[in-house]
Amino acid sequence: MAKTHDIVIPTKDKLFNLDPLLSLTPGNIITWIILGVGFILTIIRFTVGIGSVTNLDDYQPWGLWIGFDLLCGVCLAAGGYFTTVGVYVMGMKQFHSAVRPAVTTAFLGYAFVVVALLYDLGHPLRLPYMFFFPGTTSVLFEVGLCVATYLTVLFVEFSIAPMEWLSQKFPWILRIRKWVIRITILLTIFGVTLSTLHQSSLGSLYLIAPEKLHPLWYSPFMPMFFFVSSMAAGASMVIFEGLFAHKGVHQYMDSTHLKEADGVVLGFSRAASFILFAYFMLKVIDVLVQANTHWLDTGYGAWWMLEMFGFVLLPALLYAIGARTGNVTLCRYTSVLTVAGIVLNRFNVSMIAYNWNLPSDLRYFPSFWEIWISIFVVTMIVTVYRFIVYHMPVLYEHPDFKGEEH
Amino acid sequence: MNRRKFLAFLGSSGVVSALASVRVAEAAPHVFPYNENSFGVLHDTTRCIGCRRCEAACQAVNNLPMPEKPFTDLEVTNERRRVTAKAWTVVNKYEVNGQPFFRKLQCFHCNDPACAAACFTKCYTKLPDGAVVYDGSQCVGCRYCMVACPFNVPGFQYNLAWDPLVLKCTFCEPLLKQGKLPACVSACPVDAITFGRRSDLIRVARRRFDDHPGKYMNYIYGEHDAGGTAWMVLAPAAGANPGPVDNPDTASKEFKQLGLDTHLGNQPMAELTYGALGAVPMIVAFWPVLFGGAYAITKRREAIAKASVEEAAKSAKDDITAAMDAAIRKIEETEGQAAADRARRAMTEALKARESQDRQGEAHNG
Repeated sequence: MAKTHDIVIPTKDKLFNLDPLLSLTPGNIITWIILGVGFILTIIRFTVGIGSVTNLDDYQPWGLWIGFDLLCGVCLAAGGYFTTVGVYVMGMKQFHSAVRPAVTTAFLGYAFVVVALLYDLGHPLRLPYMFFFPGTTSVLFEVGLCVATYLTVLFVEFSIAPMEWLSQKFPWILRIRKWVIRITILLTIFGVTLSTLHQSSLGSLYLIAPEKLHPLWYSPFMPMFFFVSSMAAGASMVIFEGLFAHKGVHQYMDSTHLKEADGVVLGFSRAASFILFAYFMLKVIDVLVQANTHWLDTGYGAWWMLEMFGFVLLPALLYAIGARTGNVTLCRYTSVLTVAGIVLNRFNVSMIAYNWNLPSDLRYFPSFWEIWISIFVVTMIVTVYRFIVYHMPVLYEHPDFKGEEH
Repeated sequence: MNRRKFLAFLGSSGVVSALASVRVAEAAPHVFPYNENSFGVLHDTTRCIGCRRCEAACQAVNNLPMPEKPFTDLEVTNERRRVTAKAWTVVNKYEVNGQPFFRKLQCFHCNDPACAAACFTKCYTKLPDGAVVYDGSQCVGCRYCMVACPFNVPGFQYNLAWDPLVLKCTFCEPLLKQGKLPACVSACPVDAITFGRRSDLIRVARRRFDDHPGKYMNYIYGEHDAGGTAWMVLAPAAGANPGPVDNPDTASKEFKQLGLDTHLGNQPMAELTYGALGAVPMIVAFWPVLFGGAYAITKRREAIAKASVEEAAKSAKDDITAAMDAAIRKIEETEGQAAADRARRAMTEALKARESQDRQGEAHNG
């Protein structure tokens, strides 16, 4: 109980708590350098063209900004639907304190996927054209529609936190908040439907290019692989973010959050272990039914096995051991391994095993500035996340609304 | 119409539509009625001499920028060039079974183009004359068409900031409209690219196979590949066995040496995505029921658990009351009325104290 009082809770007269963002700590200095250079790169990108900062070419129209910012960004934001379904639909109330951090990071993840996408599009301002000239035969249309709708759903789900932050200053907000809480379950079910659709559709995007993607990664089941791995990513990201939150913003967690934290790690680890095992089996069966085993003794085969054994089966085992023995530390480090594995898989599909037939001098490697922009986007997410945690009841329950059930 | 009849009607109409879709699935490869008389070009790589005049004509007609090396420099055909936003056709040299041959690269103008299916703002159109054209006025610049195209055709203007577009061969659509030939076809000095109705060109190709046995591989690239293309390619046998008619496997080696993949399949590329896209309405319809059902089960479980706790509490209370009554009756029998009243008061007070203690404990825990 005593811990609760140490948290800086903004009041009617002092809404902002910006000191932790502006103080001259090494972390803040690095943050502002990355953001400053990123800002300059942004100006170059939008005044000189995509070619000025990237190594993209006609053979590789989708590079790091799609492979990392979009594919990994969406997949790693799966914690939102994964946690809300567990808590609200399946009734796992013991994980309730994980909902707000998960929804917050999911909302930020999706919002910045759209931001990153604007860098990659030739005509970013025309993004809404997909609603006016809908190309319904395109997988990308479905992805766009679902991501736009889901981002709206996440915004509404997330909006409770800023509303609680501002409610003392603007009491009329409470009426909206009441309505949002009332439709929680609707939003959750809507969210999981949309997530199933677009998480899998990100895999469907590559179905149209069988001649470009290596047979070990190309499969008619790619949509399923992307969806199943997004569940593992969702569970792992909740643990992964917890790892950093406990390092960086520990003082903003209340007693409930701290009390439930270990249970969340162990419960989510158990789930992730099962999902990763299932994913491993799906991939093995896929290689067998497509008669792709002869590719396994090639260089790409070795790479595929590294991904499968080192980044899928190994974390599945480590999660199982960690959850069974109650070893929270092991589970936390395994989440790092899993997240790295998800990123590796998306890189393989979008870049490493893509255009595998081309001679190496025509292959793509991202430019330094392209990588910087991706780091810039991640830094923006972390900075906005910190702003939110410093101001809004995400890691703690707001005293005005304590004990409310929703 | 009563309910039973209505349901029967629904069921039978479902079966009928399912049967209808089965019939569609069995239909022949994709030749849309409006494509029947469409134009095409037959590219005979045994005739091409690599003079690059088609490249020059394309550049002039479409006002494309001049390349770094002039069109008279034939050495560039040794490089592995591709079509780009600045060069909509290029001719490269390939070794087929050790002998040099030239192949012209440009848009294949698919019957059912992958770029058009992949475009999420409908920038591409397959015209009845056979051309696949692109209108950049609503292009978002996502470049998914470039991922989708099995022939690596569309090129993007990466170095433009304000209006970067995807550009590719138009089949000289403006010239076709005027009844003229595409510029490259007019410029070819050796008739290596023959313009005509697509259906006629297929007959022309087969006649060449018959007239020159052993000269060609027995396969018309583009007749069925990727659902069929307007531009089709003949490969030299170059000493190899021409193989059986229309077998992509036996012809694959020679075509591969020409840089063409005979394993794209006979379906339009976009068909590979239709299964996944078809599942979308299923998920939209069923997921809310599935998860709504799970939610209902969870709520029901919680209600049952709560009721059984209340039930247990009530029966415990009933037990205590019965025991209390029995004890008081016993006291009344042995000790008399006054003692019984004292006992009742004492017991009731003890019970009340205990209950309020319980309530406090609950409030504390909650």
